[in-house]
Order: sequence, then C-alpha cells, then structure tokens
Amino acid sequence: MSAGKPTDAGVAIVASGVGVVIDGRAIVSDVAIEIRSGEVLALVGPNGAGKSTLLGVLSGDVRPTHGSVLIAGRDIRSLRHLELARLRSVLTQENQVSFPFTVNEVVEMGRSPWMKTAERENDAAAIEAAIRATDIAHLGERRYTSLSGGEKARVSLARVLAQAAGTVFLDEPTAALDLRHQEDVMRTARALAAEGRAVVVVVHDLSLAGAYADRVALIADGRLESTGTPLEVLTAERVERVYGLPVEVIITNNRPVILPVRGASGA
Amino acid sequence: MTRTARGVTLSIVLAVALVVAVLLSAMVGQLPVTPAEIVGSLLRGAGIPNGWAPTDQIVESTLWVVRFPRIVMGLAVGAALAVAGSVMQAIFGNPLAEPGVVGVSSGAALGAAAAIVFGVTALGSWSIALFAFVGGLLATLLVYFVSRANGRTEVVTLLLTGIAINAFAGAGLAFLLFVGDTASREQITFWQLGSLNGSLWREVGIVAPIMVVGLVAAVLLGRQYDLLALGERNARHLGVNVEALRIGSIVLVALLTGVAVAFCGIIAFVGLVVPHVIRMAIGPSHRPLIIASAVGGGALISFADLIARTVVPGADLPIGMLTSLIGGPFFFYLLFRQRRRSGGWA
Repeated sequence: MSAGKPTDAGVAIVASGVGVVIDGRAIVSDVAIEIRSGEVLALVGPNGAGKSTLLGVLSGDVRPTHGSVLIAGRDIRSLRHLELARLRSVLTQENQVSFPFTVNEVVEMGRSPWMKTAERENDAAAIEAAIRATDIAHLGERRYTSLSGGEKARVSLARVLAQAAGTVFLDEPTAALDLRHQEDVMRTARALAAEGRAVVVVVHDLSLAGAYADRVALIADGRLESTGTPLEVLTAERVERVYGLPVEVIITNNRPVILPVRGASGA
Repeated sequence: MTRTARGVTLSIVLAVALVVAVLLSAMVGQLPVTPAEIVGSLLRGAGIPNGWAPTDQIVESTLWVVRFPRIVMGLAVGAALAVAGSVMQAIFGNPLAEPGVVGVSSGAALGAAAAIVFGVTALGSWSIALFAFVGGLLATLLVYFVSRANGRTEVVTLLLTGIAINAFAGAGLAFLLFVGDTASREQITFWQLGSLNGSLWREVGIVAPIMVVGLVAAVLLGRQYDLLALGERNARHLGVNVEALRIGSIVLVALLTGVAVAFCGIIAFVGLVVPHVIRMAIGPSHRPLIIASAVGGGALISFADLIARTVVPGADLPIGMLTSLIGGPFFFYLLFRQRRRSGGWA
C-alpha cells in the first residue's frame, strides 16, 4: 500500500482559520487544527456542535466560508475528485446501497480510485487485509442489502480500508456496533495509525475516545474548545461545562473513563 | 449457480433469443419466406453469390424494403430504451425509474408532435428527432431536480412527478391534436401508441448510430454507476465527479429515449422490465447489465413486434399497447414487492 501512505510521518492535513456559515449562522468558527500521520485524532463534542461539518471541511466535502485546508501540502480545493480519493477515505454515517451488490463487490469498490495505476497490483492484498480487519470474510457472497445494520457498518468500513488512503475519516464508526465490534473498530483505527496513516474519528462515547485516541479535539458551539491528549482534554470540569452534565472521570491505565454522575442528588 | 455461470447462461439465452427473434421476424408475414432464402439473401447482400438466395424479386424486396429495416429498427429501439432505463435507474438509485413511467417518453412525444404540427423541417428527417430529444431532455431534467432530495430519490415523489409530467404532456398532445390537420392528427395518434410499422432505412440510419454511441457511453460509465449505488457522497469520496456524471447521464437518457420515440412513438416499460430481469439473473454490476439489457431489449422488441403484426391477421397492432400490456402488471408486481420488503414507498 505504498502509494497511499504518506512518505514521511509528517502532517497530513492542516486547517487554518476554518469557518462555515450556512444561512447566516456560523456552524463552525475559526478552527485551526493539524492532523498528523501516525496518530488517531478523536473529534468529540455534543450533538449539533459542528463535528460533522468540520469533518466535511477537513475531508473536502464542505467548502469552508473562511480559511483553508491543506492535504498532503496542497490546497484541498485545487484537487480533482480522483486525486483526493487517493489521499483520503471517508466512512460516512449513512451507508445504503441502492442495488443488491454482494459484500465482495462493495469492498472491491473501495479500490476504484487506484484503477489504471500501478497500485492495482495491491488490490487483492488490500481487500484481503480490509476483510480480515473487519471480520466479514463469512459474508463475502451475501447481498449487502440483506445484511443487518452492524454488518453493513463493518462492510462499509472494509470498503473504506480497502481504499488505502493516507488519511482516514471515520464518522461515528461505532454507532451501529455491539461492544466487541466497537472495540474492534477502534483497534483497527489504531492499526491504521501504526501503519503511518492519519486517522480522524468522530465518536460520542468519550471513554472510547479516551481509550484509543492519541489526541482528542473537543468541539463546542462550532469552536475548537480544546485539543491535546485524552487526559488533558477530558477533564471532569471541562466535560461538565461543555455537555452540561455532571461527570466523574476515573483514570485507569493512564486513560480517562468518563461516567455521568447518576442519582447524586438521591433522586 | 455463481454469478459468472449465470452470466454465461444469460449470454447464451440472449444470443439464441435474438437470432430466433430476427429469423422469425424475417420469415413470418403475409409472404412467408424460408430461412434458407433469408440467409441466402443476406449473403448476396454482403456480396457473396450463392444458391439459396431468393430468385423471386417480390421476396427479395419484401425482405430488404419491408422486413429488414423494421427488424433493425426494432433492435435499435429496444436496445436504446433498455439502456436508457438502466442508466436512469443508476442515476436515480432506484429500480422503478423508467423513461415511460416518469414521463420522459411523453415529453419526447410532445416534442416530436410539436415538430409535426408546426411543420418544422429545417433539419430534414433529423428535425423530429431533435425536437423529441429536447422534449425528453426537459422532462428528464424536471423529474431529476423535482424528485431528488438530499442525494436520494423518494419513490413516491418520483412517481408523482411522472404523473404530473405525463398529464402535462398529455394535455400538450391533446392541444396539438386539436390544432393539427388530419394528417398530423394521424401521425400523433401513431406516436402515442407506438409502432415499428413502415420503418425506413433512412430512419434506421439515424436511430442505430445514436443507439450505438449511447450504448458505448453507458458502458464506459458503468463502473461509475456501480459506485453511485453507494450513495452520492460515498461515490464522491471514491473519486467520482457526481455532478458531471449526473448531467452527462441525463443527456444520455434523453438522447436514447428521444431518438427511439421520434421514429417509433412511445413504447413503454422496456426500460423497466429488461434491466430488472437481467439484474435478477446476473446481479447489479452495470457494465454487464447495460450490455445484456441492450441485447435483451432488442430481442424483446423483436418478439413483441412479431406478435403485434401477426396476432390479428391483416392488421398491425401498435407495439406500445403490447409492451404496456405486459409492463403494467409487471410494474404492479414490483411496487407490491418493494412495499412488502421495505414496508413503505420510500
């Protein structure tokens, strides 16, 4: 997967002064963030904080009203669709397939940006690795449309992994998954980072973010509230303030576990 | 059976069906012709003298002036409609999208009728085709932009848009029938029913090349249509220029439907039934689907036309009536199946 990998473990994406205004309302304001190759960055924040929009800006889907985004050193807006597809892959929340393609066919579609390039040689290896990482080998000839929600989510993740891009965006990849597969996905994210890729993952579960991310970016009201290691960002005081809910932070293995304080008033 | 094995089986079935359809169409009619005479005549046409060729000049001209152009026209129109259907279903992400159902055919028919009534002949025999194309294009654009929302097509909206466009085009046709002279009226009635009767080589010379160009374009875009099945955003993430693909495909659908409608009238449901059956047989992958649909559409129209002109002795039934007779119930079946599966119309 050499071509998809960044040449040196440097900065994959640089966003500076990014703002998005939709219908006169600032959804994202003045966000500056760097995404480094070889790290997992968790994007967390309350519902409606602007995480999805920010993810859209960073992945080239949403054109920012202000500021700029550089991917692999180039302005993301100057890239053609196919060039961009070789630099970043995106797992979206919505993963419907209109026609009954088989699971294998869907995963193979992840390789399409590399058609007519030397990378084609790696097609089989990339697909096999993606299928192994997501534990879907037994689904191969099933129709995608007949799968359960969790299976669909894993197959879609496999497609995104097969794309073998240097930067991987995962928008709530754990939402439809059971406990074990949630952990599997986060471990996969770590494995991608270990290969030298940059991984940006949006998660709601702060403990999951705390356990697997190298850095956490907390978004509140469209602004970057704080970035840093999970221990630095996910303090009880900050989480309480941003989410408006009293929480307790327990530290195990040097990682924060965030628990809402329940029944504290004796109710 | 694996999809590959099914693909091989389907190719053989389609090839046999096509040859049988063509042979039967050339043989059967008021003047029966033997298979040997047909092969002989074709060989002689290709410049190879042989003993099979018909010696009777009437047989020879029946074949070359009446039956062969009609057969080739049927193949071209069937292929064009089936390919248009596959492409339309690909960009709408919905197996119920079909030029006839959503009103593209009637838009094209309105264009063609306008050209007839107002006597537009600036471009010779291309005039009607051009007007049909423009009518079809406007209808396709309208359907597309009205029924798409957030990158998805709701079935209800799609079908309601079709009803609206069909109603509007129907009113337009009625008006043209009212203002037109007797000759135009007859021609317009013919358009509404659809028929291959009286196909000329000159017309085949317009329909066939456009069908071939459209087929090649659709096959080349096939892989992008596959990616589009993942949804617009995912297709974009995989490097597809969705906007360009969409606009190009709408023009393609209008071109294929317009040229078919311009010379043979509205022949509905071919674009619905053929791709659907083929998808069930070999799966949804668009390149094989589009190629097989072209062959299947050609074979279907050939058989339908054979029935249309032989079932009632001495009469030439409108083929559009026949395809709707089969297509209508089939459409019902699809709707009910979809409702049972997804529990709703979306």
